[in-house]
Formats: sequence, C-alpha cells, structure tokens
Amino acid sequence: MDKRLEDDKLVIGGQEFHSRFILGSGKYSMKLIEAAVRDAGAEIITLAVRRANTKEQENIIDYIPRNVTLLPNTSGARDAREAVRIARLARELGCGNFVKIEIMRDTKYLLPDNYETVKATEILAKEGFIVMPYMYPDLNAARDLANAGAAAVMPLAAPIGSNKGLATKDFIQILINEIELPVIVDAGIGRPSQACEAMEMGAAAIMANTALATAGDLPLMAAAFRQAIEAGRKAYLSGLGRVLTRGASASDPLTGFLHD
Amino acid sequence: MVMINGNSVDADGMTITEYLQQAQYDPRIVVVERNEEIVPRDSYQETKLADGDVIEVVTFMGGG
Repeated sequence: MDKRLEDDKLVIGGQEFHSRFILGSGKYSMKLIEAAVRDAGAEIITLAVRRANTKEQENIIDYIPRNVTLLPNTSGARDAREAVRIARLARELGCGNFVKIEIMRDTKYLLPDNYETVKATEILAKEGFIVMPYMYPDLNAARDLANAGAAAVMPLAAPIGSNKGLATKDFIQILINEIELPVIVDAGIGRPSQACEAMEMGAAAIMANTALATAGDLPLMAAAFRQAIEAGRKAYLSGLGRVLTRGASASDPLTGFLHD
Repeated sequence: MVMINGNSVDADGMTITEYLQQAQYDPRIVVVERNEEIVPRDSYQETKLADGDVIEVVTFMGGG
C-alpha cells in the first residue's frame, strides 16, 4: 500500500481509526448489524439509549465485534440538560467515553439545535467525554463547538433518513476549510457517490444508516459505501485535477501523425 | 407507588436488586436512574425504592 494511505488515520479524541465509515445501527436487525460492520469495515458504530424492556435477553453489544468503538448518541434529548443525562447513562452502561450529541426540538425535520448542542458539548467535554456533536452546518456554531471542547463536528448533509445527499454541500465545505477538527458528514447521505463526493471535498469521515438499512441488499451496499469512501479519500489526498473554465485541452498528443 | 419507566408500580420498600429480579430485567445490560441520578451498580442491593421515586431502567438499542 502507498505510504500516504498507510499513514492516513482518522484521529478522534486521541484514538486512531483506519476506517472513515461510521455506521448507524438503527433500522436494522441485530444480525444485520454484524454483517454491516463486517462489509462496511466500520470501526465506529452508533447506539441509542432507551428504556429497557423486561425479560429482554438480547443485547445489541453482543452483535458488535469487540474491536469496534461504540458511539452512543443522545437521541431523544430536546435540550442540553436531557442530552447530558443520556450521555451519563450511556457511559454508565460501560462502553467508553465517546458520545454523539443529538438534540432536536423540531420533530418534523429532525434538525439539530446548535445552541443547546454547544451547551451540552461544554458540560460533557469537561466531564471527560469525547464529544462528537451532530449539528446544522453553521460556521459560527462549529467554532463554538470547537471552543467548547468537541472532538469532531458532525454536520448534516440533508435531513435525517432522507437519503437526499449533499443538500448543504457549500456550507460543509466552509466547515472543512475553516475548522481544525475532523468534519464528519452525518445524515442524509443516500448513495455511495454522495459519500465519495463528500470525501473528495475533504470530509474526515461519513456516517450513514438509512442508506444501508433501506437498500436492496444491505451487506452489498455496505461494501459499496466502503469503496466509495476509500475512493473519495484517495482523490482528496491526491488533489483533484483542474477544471477548465472554457474550451478543451487535448489529452492526446496533437503532433506527429497524419497532418504533420 | 414508584414510577418506573413511565408506569406506576407497587415497589415501595423493594431494593433495586429485588425489583430488577422480579421484573426479570437482565442486570448486566441495564443502568438505573433514580430521580435523575444514576444509581451505581454496586449500590443496587442497598438502595430501597420509596413512594414517589421516579426510576428509569435503560439499555442500549440500535440507533443513530
């Protein structure tokens, strides 16, 4: 392997990852989670914290390979206080210090509340959590999150579960250009080509769930995402070829045959 | 009465260990919160539920 690729690691909160695919674990069965982790090559997988059912013996953790880092989210939280409460419960469940903050007041579009997210990030970072906030791609909010101690920022590409792709493309590019932290594109990515495009732009990683969960063949789509993310990363590391504003530029030699 | 996961339950005076056993929760995969404070696992045995307590028993599920 090219040395540049070998040395190319995603670092979040001091922890190194080779994979740049974060897998959401909602919307599919436990057995499929195992397959998706395997085929997507994911090293980070998200989980939700919910009220437990009695007599429940099946534990989602048992379906996730041990070398995978668990990223509990605070979904269900409507403000910073609830997010902090859920994060603490998640840590008590004994799966490390990572937390993805998700705070939503809006139930129609499921848009994250950047203001409350900054508040929760500040509290949880001080408590030693590795905080990865889900956010609307706003540069001012991203700066506040960085100052509050976030380990990465996770801007949305399009509304959660929509599979609509990079609707916020230009604003994600601004975050990539201006924020020192890893910018992980989360929510709305529906196709491998969109994941690839985000990676070409310089995104540090892609998170997806619905794109896989609603695909015809989940393991096959997981493998497609893995390849698309790797391709986009390589293209970014390479630097893209230039675009002409007008005209053409021959890629074949123009001399030495027929007319000369 | 104790409010547990949104349901009113007659568990006054029971310890958390006793309640989890009776309700058939798997204690390895849950965490208990009492009046918005996490109850450390090693104090389940001595923590008694009292009238008016609000208890949450939570676990990890697929999501995100």
